[in-house]
Order: sequence, then C-alpha cells, then structure tokens
Amino acid sequence: MSFERIKEKLNILVDAAKYDVSCSSSGSKRTNTNKGLGDSSGMGICHTYTEDGRCVSLLKILLTNHCIFDCAYCVTRKSNDIKRAGFKIQEVVDLTINFYRRNYIEGLFLSSGIFKSADYTMERLVAVAKKLRLEEKFNGYIHLKSIPGASDELMREAGLYADRLSVNIEVPTISGLKLLAPDKKHEDFTKPMLKVKNEIIQYQAEKKIIKSTPKYALAGQSTQMIIGATGESDKDIMYSAVHYYKNYNMKRVYYSGYVPVADDVRLPAFGSQVPMLRENRLYQTDWLLRFYGFSVQEILNEKHPNLDIDIDPKLGWALRNLNDFPIDVNTAEPRMLARIPGLGMYSVNKIIQARKFRRLNWEHLKKIGVALNRAKYFMVCDTNNSQKDLQASQIKGLILQNSQGKFRNQYSNQLSLFN
Amino acid sequence: MREAKILIYDGSFNGFLTCVFKAFDERIQIADIQKNSDVQRGLFSETEIVFTEMDKAKRVWSGIEKKSNIAIKNIYFTFLSETKNRELLLYRYIQKLFSKTEFMHLNFSDDTVLRISQLAKSVGREKHRMEAFVRFQLTKDSIYFANIEPDFDVLPLISKHFRSRYADQQWLIYDVKRKYGLFYDLNSVEIITLDLNEIHTNSINKSSAFTNAEYDYQDLWNNYFKSTNIKSRINLKLHNQHVPKRYWKYLSEKKEAV
Repeated sequence: MSFERIKEKLNILVDAAKYDVSCSSSGSKRTNTNKGLGDSSGMGICHTYTEDGRCVSLLKILLTNHCIFDCAYCVTRKSNDIKRAGFKIQEVVDLTINFYRRNYIEGLFLSSGIFKSADYTMERLVAVAKKLRLEEKFNGYIHLKSIPGASDELMREAGLYADRLSVNIEVPTISGLKLLAPDKKHEDFTKPMLKVKNEIIQYQAEKKIIKSTPKYALAGQSTQMIIGATGESDKDIMYSAVHYYKNYNMKRVYYSGYVPVADDVRLPAFGSQVPMLRENRLYQTDWLLRFYGFSVQEILNEKHPNLDIDIDPKLGWALRNLNDFPIDVNTAEPRMLARIPGLGMYSVNKIIQARKFRRLNWEHLKKIGVALNRAKYFMVCDTNNSQKDLQASQIKGLILQNSQGKFRNQYSNQLSLFN
Repeated sequence: MREAKILIYDGSFNGFLTCVFKAFDERIQIADIQKNSDVQRGLFSETEIVFTEMDKAKRVWSGIEKKSNIAIKNIYFTFLSETKNRELLLYRYIQKLFSKTEFMHLNFSDDTVLRISQLAKSVGREKHRMEAFVRFQLTKDSIYFANIEPDFDVLPLISKHFRSRYADQQWLIYDVKRKYGLFYDLNSVEIITLDLNEIHTNSINKSSAFTNAEYDYQDLWNNYFKSTNIKSRINLKLHNQHVPKRYWKYLSEKKEAV
C-alpha cells in the first residue's frame, strides 16, 4: 500500500468526520481474555487534544465522503464541490490496528457518507468492525454510526461488534429537518435507534439467564444535535434531548455548535462565529439533568425559553428561586447540596463525609474546593455570616464583578458607555 | 519522656512500611522517617537504620487494607509522589487511621487527610496521563518502545494497564528520569535497567533503531492530528492545559512544535 495515497485519503476523510463530536471511549466491558490486542474495560482515555482543545480518543474517520444526500448543514453533501475519497475495508483495519498498537488511540469511530443505499453503506461499516473483532482479535473500542434508514438485521449485526452505535439527529426540530435535509425523513433516524434500544434491553434481560449471550453495544447509543443552525431555542434543544434520553435510553446527547460549511441562505453565513459559549451552557444543563437531579422544566420553560449566557444555568436557576436558600451545608440533604451554585458533585460528596466528623466552616469548604465566590450567597455554615438580604440582581452583579470568564468580552456591556 | 527518633530506610515502599511496623511495635516517638540516600540528621534526635522485612511490611499493608481500600491506595500513591517529607505525613495519616475514630480517611476537614487525598489524586492523574501519553515506536527487533519522564514514579501503577491492553506484542516503557523500565516479553512484565546512549524522544530526526514503517505511521498520525482540528474553534489555552508542554517531546504529534 502506498503511504502517500493513504495519507491523502486520510486527510480528506478525517476532515469530513471531525464535526462528529462524540469521543467517548468508556462504558464498555470488553476485557482482553483471548490474548488479543486491546482492552476496553476501564475508563476512557484521551490520548491527545487538538489545538481546538477537543479530546482525541478514537480514530475518527469516514469510510467514504461520497454521498447521495444533500443536507444543507453537511460538508459532505452531494452538491458541495470538494475532493472525494474512499477507504478500502482493509485500509481502515490496518490504520486502526497500527495506531492502536502505538498507543495513539482507544479505538475506531467509523462513519460514512451514504453511497448507493443506506443498507449498502451500513453493510460496509459492519464489515470493518467484524474484521477487526474476528480476524485481528481486537478488543479496543468501536463506535459505528448507524446509517439512517438501515435495516433491522444490519443494526442487529452492528451491535454484536460495536461498543457504541449512534445516529445523529442533527436538527432538533422536525420542521428544521424538512428545511435543511428534505431528502431525509424523521423516521429514518428513529428507526435504527429504536431497534438498537430494543436489542440492548433484550441483551440485558437474556444475559441474566444465559451468561454467554453475545455482547450487544455495551456502551449504549448516543446522538448529536447541531446548535445554532435553524434558530431553535434552548428549550427546543433540551426538551428534544430529554425526549431521546427518556424514550431511546441514550447514554449521551451531544451538542455541536454549527460551524459554517456552506453558502446557503437557510444557514448562518461563512465566517459567523461558532456558538461555543451557548454549546457550553447546554452541556452544563445536560449535566444538571443527568447528575444533579434537576428536571428540565425547572431550568427551561415558557417563561425562560433560553439559558442565560453570562451565568451558568445552576446559578440562573438559584437566582430565580432565592426562597429555597440559604441552605445549611451541615444539615441539608444531599440533593439540596447539589443545588447550591459553585458546588460540584465531588465537593458534595466530600462535604457529606466530612460533616460527619465536625461542623464545617468557610475554611474547610475552601480547602475542599468549593467555589465560594458563587456558593457563599446561597449557604450557611459554622462561620457566622452576617449577610444582608440581597436581591437576585445584586448577587448576580457581585458574582460577575468578582470573577473572570474567557467569553466575557462576547457579552460584556462594560465598555458600551464610551461607544 | 521518650526521646524522638529518626528512622532510616532503604527508600522502598516495603522499607517504609517496615518502619511503620517498628514504630507501632516499639512505641517509638517518631521525629522523622528518611530515605538512606538523603538523610538529614536532627540535632536532638537519635537515628536508627531499619532493614526492610517483607513479613512486617505485609502485616502493615493488610492492617490498613482491612481499615479501608481507599486508604491503602492513597498511601501507596502518596508514597510514589516522591514529595519531600511524605514519610512523616504518611505516618501521621496511618496513626489517624488506627485511632479510635472510624472512617478517619473520609474526614476531609482534617489537614493531613485532605493533603494525602490531594497528593494521591495528583499521582492518579499522572498515572492516567502516562496511560494516555506513552507513544510506542516499533524497533527493528519488533519491540514497541517508549520513553517517559513522568512527574511521579508511576511505572508500577501503569504496568497492569499495558499488560492487559498489549498482550500480543512485546513492549518496553522506560522511565528516563528514574532510570528503570518495564519490559513485557509476551509472558510477563519485568523490571529492567538499560544503558541508553540516546534518549529516543519522538524527534524529527530518524533513528536507525526503528523501522521505516514506523516513521510512515508517525507521519499518518501527525496528519490525522492536524486534520481533525477545527480551525474556527481554536483554543490553545485549553490545548496546553490538557497536553502540558513538558510532555511534548515524547509525543510524535507535537514533535514539530518542540
């Protein structure tokens, strides 16, 4: 094989794959019992980080960027005039194995443009995974993209070799999808999702009875939504995310700020800023829902359809619900501790342990690592604290005054006096 | 009042545990526990050399293990941090563990407990970094070889990870700073020392020790690393935070930047 040609193809097919943000490589239980290569039983590892600060854990490539669809948001759409290329199945296998042996990656994330038909494409993705597992005895992590519209039989087979499967919903609303991807139907996305969900449920039930039941997509499935392409609200996005978490047992929903890749009146123009801060706020909300016991209606509702940009969503919620505060860190239930702005779950657990030994004061909390700058307005502890009754807007002002944020210049109106 | 003593050990973890055993067993008032290579005598304290005894070390280990798995892990990790005066800190920690209060290792309002858990956490982080940042290069005699220079002595901690992951290839990870390495020969992992006349960082200069294909794959990897970056999202601060500069010379994807 010629390295120069492989290199050329690699650059083309990586460039098209990088907008898929999922890089998780954890959650599987594939131990190296066959004295083969690789083990994905532990936690995921980020082997390096690109200059945009994103983790590189998997070899993330497309099998090909030839595509019969013309989705406006996609760099691989058929009407886009770009270089096209395709890997042979063996080439992907060789790359994966050789990168893995050198400890560059945790495994493979394989996606593809859709050529000929959904099934034809899916079959080839499955063939790569199958070859890695059966011929190379590869126990590393494999994430396959479910091609919208792929048949149930293929989705069943895919899960036998892959650790994770994902279909990207891309556009959070059905109306948006009609506008930007007229050739695709909403059901094409949800059908493979539903199949994978049912297979996982069945696998988990059968495994309890027959231990040797073949493993099926141990790391579950995930999906991704583009943010800021169609004018949707944060409420639209998060309600949609909750829908997928709930009805399809998603392990993760990813939010991807739209990077302009097309000159299209339906989309933000080239050169528009990627909404990274908004993306960050959505992830924070996602965490609050999954780990902090919040329900989505508390954070986003008819009255507050969008998240605050200048403060994090937990602080925003707390400022709207000041009557729930202050919370006594020495006596409050864990679920209430988790609601104090500036307290992460690590700190919550440390506090719960430490307060069994003595009543905690500011000094203890500071050493434990609580962000007192935010937290102090919302809690009481063993230190006498003669805090005056402050209004929400005063607290917000004080917090913003005493902190820094790298995105501050994007929304600060401090200088507007001189304009 | 009994006079405080300085115990001197050989620098090994078992040596340290033997000191702990002795101190408890003979009710010695401990002024310090020091490694024999960097002894600093105290003005007013007596010193005593302690020889490592495996059975005593084991008894301390299993005694702590019975108290808590987290505590034993914290102790081992903190020991590997090579932090100055860690022995005395660890001794105080162990004293607390065996005090009357149960679950003392969870009392994060106590300075010693918090400090130990923080040190253990940094060592854990370094362990995880090494699992991520080792870059093997294939030598002409079919050994996947990597040099590392970790902040803490984490080789003993990463052995299992690499053994279970790379069970079907020979590999060697060598700690340049501490001058020893791990070699896996397809059956078991051994500790080795080498006379390296050249430190194989992932430099632009090619070494005759490695295969040609090795450099082709490094080239592919570097291309991958560049292509997967999204330029409109550049965030070098975050990049440097996750991939600290001190590791760059061992990362083939950063070799041009070094």
